[in-house]
Amino acid sequence: VTAASPVPVHPRLGARVAYRLQQVLRPNAGYRWLSARIETAGSARRLFTGAERQAKEKLFGCRMCGQCALPVTGYVCPMGCPKELRNGPCGGVGADGSCEVYPERRCVWVDAYDRAASAGRTADLRLLHRPADHRRWGQSSWLNYWQDRDEDLWTAGATAEAGRGPGAHP
Amino acid sequence: VSLRERLASGSFAVTAEISPPRGASTQKITETAAQLKDWVDAVNVTDNQGSHARLASWAGSLAVIAAGLEPVMQMTCRDRNRIALQSDLLGASALGIRNILVMTGDHPRFGDHPGAKPVFDLDSVQLLWTLRTMRDQHVLLSGRKLAPAPDCFLGAVENPFAPPAEFRAERLGKKVAAGAQFVQTQFVFDVPAFARWLAQVRDLGLHERCAVLAGVGAVRSVRALEYMRDHVPGVEVPDDVDRRLRKVPPEKQGAEGVKLAAEIIQQVAEIPGVAGVHLLVAGNEQAVPDILNSAGVRISQEPRQNDGR
Repeated sequence: VTAASPVPVHPRLGARVAYRLQQVLRPNAGYRWLSARIETAGSARRLFTGAERQAKEKLFGCRMCGQCALPVTGYVCPMGCPKELRNGPCGGVGADGSCEVYPERRCVWVDAYDRAASAGRTADLRLLHRPADHRRWGQSSWLNYWQDRDEDLWTAGATAEAGRGPGAHP
Repeated sequence: VSLRERLASGSFAVTAEISPPRGASTQKITETAAQLKDWVDAVNVTDNQGSHARLASWAGSLAVIAAGLEPVMQMTCRDRNRIALQSDLLGASALGIRNILVMTGDHPRFGDHPGAKPVFDLDSVQLLWTLRTMRDQHVLLSGRKLAPAPDCFLGAVENPFAPPAEFRAERLGKKVAAGAQFVQTQFVFDVPAFARWLAQVRDLGLHERCAVLAGVGAVRSVRALEYMRDHVPGVEVPDDVDRRLRKVPPEKQGAEGVKLAAEIIQQVAEIPGVAGVHLLVAGNEQAVPDILNSAGVRISQEPRQNDGR
């Protein structure tokens, strides 16, 4: 599922609209009920996942990792980074903010910082992201989100000192 | 004293780096380590630097220990997944390698195997966090228990000069939160820009939890400078450095590069929060005594333990 090489994509959706959409999509009883219904039928699930793929591919260059980080990365997809870095930029960013691997494109994290800053959301970029679960590729991240399976994707820096470390719950 | 003790004591630390050979022998590493051992606290052994296949960092690190110097084993996220990385830490620790430097790694696109699969299963923050958890909580990423736990001193790298400039100190903050105890920086040519980054690092209090070693390199020639600028990701060479080197005839450019490095060492040593320097001299290790002599830096000599700890 991960065959296509990641390429940095500048989102077509403005940061402000994206953050507003975030409010609308926040999990609630309705979404929980709806997503549970969708998950019970294979065909509904495929249809929904396909629609999500269409929309997010167009807007964000989504690759369907199934564990969406967009809400805390200025709505710039970190899986478009050629190194798939979820915790910030590598050291190879060009002086003009270009990607090390695709110099004609902007580093997703330079983009993310600007968009987060424009919305007063740079604190989001301090969150520590756990390693990706590669079993999730191709899944709907909206269903995962509404079913509360995404709660553990990242954590505030301070709590990194304690507990089980970066490993996800089994 | 070990690198860990040196940094804990607060006296000026010096590290350098060795690039392992493209071949099945550690002889060159042993010779270089012997030359360097009275001059530096520890030496990095690079992990397939620039995505060019070379002798493994763990093997080079063992050769460094045998030569009586302390290694810093570099570990990149480029070639190995989370299983292999954890396994490497256990192996390294069992064989007496204590210092581990974690970095993302260059993309394979730039190396001698451009068609290789880029792994990047973990990023540098996640790898630091994983290794720290193995050491302190005695568990693997899977949650399974480890016994005995590895003993390691964890390092990170940072490029203070790359965009987004406002986020670079915060990025180090994430690495410190994940477990970094020391950091080596990319080449410092632009001392004022380095000082601006370090001011942000101090504002976040990071220098108290993580020793900052400024990366300083001796440029051998204008050609070497051009190569670095055009082919090494993340290195910015200011125009005045370029002009200064071009002014001297080719046979004196090496000496000018050493002089420049010594000046930069003296300047960064004055900045509050700098714990030492990391000499980026892979391939030019014989310049180390000259650089340190001109800079007037001598690590205090105490009997060194021979087990590399």
